[in-house]
This record gives sequence, structure tokens and C-alpha cells, in this order.
Amino acid sequence: MTAPVVVFCIGNPSRGDDALGPFICGELGKWPEIGNAQVELIEDFQLQIEHALDLIGRQLVLFIDAGTATTAPFDFRQISASTAVAHTSHALSPEAVLQVYRQTEGQVPPPAFVLCVRGDSFELGAALGTAATAHAAAAMVLLARLLAMPELAAWQSLTTGAMGDAG
Amino acid sequence: MTYQLETAAHPETLRRVAIDPVSRVEGHGKVTILLDDQNKVHQVRLHIVEFRGFEKFIQGRPYWEVPVMVQRLCGICPVSHHLAASKALDVIVGAKKLTPAAEKLRRLMHYGQMLQSHALHFFHLCSPDLLFGFDSDVTKRNIVGVAMTHPETAKRGVLLRKFGQEVIRVTAGKRVHGTGAVPGGVNKSLTVAERDELLKEIYHIIQWSREAVQLIQKVHTQDPGLYNSFGIFRSNFMSLVGHNGDLDFYHGTLRARDDNGGMIFDHVDYQNYNQVIEEEVRSWSYMKFPFIKSIGKEHGWYKVGPLARVQNCDQISTPFAEHERKEFVDYAGGTPMHAPLAYHWTRMIEMLHAAEVIKELLHDDDLLSDDLMVQGERQMEGVGVIEAPRGTLFHHYQVDENDVVTMANLIVSTTNNNQAMNEAIRHVARRYLHGREVTEGLLNHIEVAIRAFDPCLSCATHALGKMPLQVELVDAEGTQIHALSRA
Repeated sequence: MTAPVVVFCIGNPSRGDDALGPFICGELGKWPEIGNAQVELIEDFQLQIEHALDLIGRQLVLFIDAGTATTAPFDFRQISASTAVAHTSHALSPEAVLQVYRQTEGQVPPPAFVLCVRGDSFELGAALGTAATAHAAAAMVLLARLLAMPELAAWQSLTTGAMGDAG
Repeated sequence: MTYQLETAAHPETLRRVAIDPVSRVEGHGKVTILLDDQNKVHQVRLHIVEFRGFEKFIQGRPYWEVPVMVQRLCGICPVSHHLAASKALDVIVGAKKLTPAAEKLRRLMHYGQMLQSHALHFFHLCSPDLLFGFDSDVTKRNIVGVAMTHPETAKRGVLLRKFGQEVIRVTAGKRVHGTGAVPGGVNKSLTVAERDELLKEIYHIIQWSREAVQLIQKVHTQDPGLYNSFGIFRSNFMSLVGHNGDLDFYHGTLRARDDNGGMIFDHVDYQNYNQVIEEEVRSWSYMKFPFIKSIGKEHGWYKVGPLARVQNCDQISTPFAEHERKEFVDYAGGTPMHAPLAYHWTRMIEMLHAAEVIKELLHDDDLLSDDLMVQGERQMEGVGVIEAPRGTLFHHYQVDENDVVTMANLIVSTTNNNQAMNEAIRHVARRYLHGREVTEGLLNHIEVAIRAFDPCLSCATHALGKMPLQVELVDAEGTQIHALSRA
């Protein structure tokens, strides 16, 4: 059975603060809510076109990623499918993943949110920084509230300001 | 030595155009073009800055950690690094010949990756250019634009990717950070259920791959004036070649041909790669420039990847892909095809071959065997080479008596194509930009040439929404006089 909530944790564990996504994924994996078939965690280096298929049958979608220009400790906002995110590399933005879903499935994608956690350094071989670790701790507080109330209205009530560039 | 358009005589008098970063190319690529007052091109360079630090990242680690750690070098082709490292470390642990099950499971993993990577490149990165044109509306020139106007094509791209990722998941153990290959073999075989799930899909995958070859063949042959000449330059080719000269992505010996198809070397054991390949450092680029030693740095550089592999082999072992190879060779007229846009055609032939090999492997009960590991006499040095989606990938390690890696040398596929990509964009700059006002559409021509090689530049840092293309025209005093950008 498909879990109603899917959480994408994006990043590279060996690229400094890019490890925020995988680090939070590891922490979430310890929570009992994750094991009750209500929430599925998906960890990956980058978002790709096939991730659109992971949206099928979901009620809520959350993308967790590091951001370089994000207001510390994090931004949390609802997103929608967008064709405006035109130029990417091999990877897609969360908005583009929603748009691929819309076009390939012929349906409106499920409600989706981005939790963008502030990171500063992304060097190969570097560990997660002290500041980023503190930002992750703050994000975990929000995640506890989100996963305790996996409902659209509840998540919308917890959104913050505009999201900076994700990295 | 200097190459035409590599270094301008008086750069201080010229305007600079920078494409930074190159869009739909992974990571931090930057193209700089120096123009004079009449927009004549004097210098074109592709700069790639992201390969610094690979060796340091590996040195000092216990060797058994390496196959897992190196996956973090590249978010696009982690399996290539995983397997190239494992092959090098097979030598270290004295595993001269893997068990049949281990070899086939690794091969299945690799061909799954080849399929998903080629599908991503064709359907996501290059099909927007091919379906809409190089000068088309910039907001449509991406996968979202493809999905809007060619929904079935986009859907197949997604499903091909998904299938390849599933092959990787069942062979590597996880969707990312897999641990399937270990020095001396693999740590898991397939279950019957896993095999049967893949078998349900593989015949669709083969059919879609056949249709993808036909699509790109049609696109290419309908406009020979463009596709046979865009960015063209002549060069040598290099790749691994398998048993009996077959196309082989996983294992073989090194073969290089000259621009006319004549053999430069063949049957070279890749443990001795540094007897035939040397790397040159140039002051303006962090990325090295490899060349064939016997020819020298001026003329010894080469192409790798699909265009090289499909023309370097003698035949392809699977029937549909071999048929398509012959079609391609016939179209080329019996001489090597050098046009960069032919990479797309050969890439789809390879995707079809990967699908056919996956089908063959899924019918082989060795995949279910538990005979997975071998060991032998411990060695201090090993080289692993694999044909990654973008071309030949070298991993070379020395390990001390405490099992710590003391030396690592990696030549990644994009490095092997460094000079070739520079030559392609110089040709395009001469042909399309020389003497003309620079526009976004013209600059996309430069990027189309780079994307044909499918370079993976950053290896592993992703970038969501922060990769606008920025182009700056700066006069000799450094003042910005014009700028283009797209987000």
C-alpha cells in the first residue's frame, strides 16, 4: 500500500552542508511515525524525472533540501508545478518534478511543500557544518509537528516566508 | 603547443562572453569566448572546475570503503564509480576472475545504469534541442516543454529511467548508496521475485528503446546538412572492447583507432593504461587533457563515449542493436563518423543494446546463485576500467600493508573528452557566432555541442533552481556592456 505522505530527502552526504537532506533522512528514520506505513522516506542525490512516479497515490509531498540563500534556519513553503523552472542540469527542481507528474500522469499533482534548510559550505569531503547541524535541529522540530498532523491545512498553517535558492 | 582558437594573441583587446554555468550540463561548466569589435571569434575555451579533490577524497581511506565512498563523487553515474573502484580492488584482493554469478550481477547493474543514464540524456537533456530546434523558445527547451508537446515521449523517458533505477536497486541493494559490488565479487544475488518483476517490463523496454533509435535516426537523417556537420572535427577514438571485438561496457581491453579508422593500439591490458595514455596539464583549465602517448599531445587526443564505442567495436552481440549499428555504419559510408550530433544516435543504439543484454541476463539462473566471492594473493596496486555512460573511466589505486589507499588516480569520462569538447565548441563558434551579434539562441548552439558529449561536470552537487545561464559581454576595460540571462 502506498503511504499517503512521501518525504524526499535530497543531497550528498559527502559534500558538506549538502548532507542536510540525508542527515535529516537518517534522523527521521528513527521516528516511529515513519515505520507505520503513513510516511515513506526517499533519499537521493538529486531529483530526477522518475521521481514524478513516486508522487502517484500520495496525499502530501515534502521535499527536504539544503539551500544556500535561505533565511536561517529554514524556509517552509508550499510549491506548485511550474514550467518557469526551465533550465536545470541533469537534476530537476521540485516544481519541475510536479510538472513532469502533471504532464505524464495527466493529473494535478498532490499538494507539495519544500523544507529548505540553510547550508553554507558544499565542498567535497567536508562534513556537515556546525551551523547547518543547528539548522537541522530546528527543522526537526518543525518536522515533528508536520508528521504529527499530516493534513494540508495544518501544513499550510506552518509555512514561512519565501524560499531562497536551494542547493 | 596551441590549438586553433584556444589562445588569442591579444586577449586584452577583446570582448569576453562567458556562459556560466552551462545549462543542462551537470555542475559548473563555463565557456568563455573572446570577440573583437566586429564580433569575430578569437578564443573559445570550456572550463571545468569540479574535478579537484577527487584523489584526496579517496586517499587515506581503507580500501574496502572505497567502492561505496566513490559513489558520492557523482550523483549522475554513481554506479560507474562503484564498479570501476570494485574492479580495481578486485586486483588488490587477488580476485583474478570473479564467479560467473558475481560477474553477471555486476554487469546487470552496469547495464541498468547505462540504460537509465542514456534515457535521461536523450529524453531529458537533448530531446528538447532535437524536437524543438536549437533556436526555439527558451521556455520550451527543456523536459517540461517536451512533456507538454510530446507527452508519450516524455512518459517513456520517465519509465525507462525508472526501470534502469530498479535494476540498480535490486543489484546494488538500495536505490542510492548501494553496496552490491565489493572487492572480490558482490554481496547479494537476485531473488526469484526480483528477477520476475524485471522480466515483466523488459520487453516493453526493448521495444521503446528500438523506437528511440528509430526516432533519432529519423531526426538525424532528415537534416544531414546540420547533423553531419554541426561542431564536426576529426579525432582518434578510444574505448574498451570486449571478447572478439564486441561492444562491451563492463570489461575488455583498450583499443584506439585513428580518425580514418586505422588501429593505433589494440588488446591493451588496462592494468598498463599509463603505457599508452598520458595526461597533460594546461594553465587555463583544472581538468587535464589526456592523449595517446605514441602519437603525442598535439594529435594524440581522442573521443570516448557512445560515438567512439559503437565505431571502435567490430560488432554488437545482441541482434537489434547490431542491426542498428550496421545501419549507422552504412549511413556513415564506411568511414568513421565524427559529427558530435551522431553521439545521440549511437547513444540510443547503446541503450537498445543495454536493454537486450538485461533481458539475456534475466534469463540466466546464475543471477540467483549464492556463489558470489573469490579471493587470492593480496596485491598492492590495481586498476579498474569501465565504459561509463559518457565514456572510458579509469580508477587506479595503490594500497599499503595497512589496507589504506595511499595513491588514487581517476581519469573520468569527461576528462577523456576534454579536448574533443573544446574542439566542438570552437567549430560551432566559428560557424555560428563569428561576425554575428550574440543571442541566446546562438549561445545555445555552443551548449548543444557540449551536451552531445553528455559531460558530467560536477559529480554530485545538485543545484535546484540555481543554475541560470548567464552571459556577459565585457569590453577590454572590463566594463559590462551587455548581459543575457535565463533562470
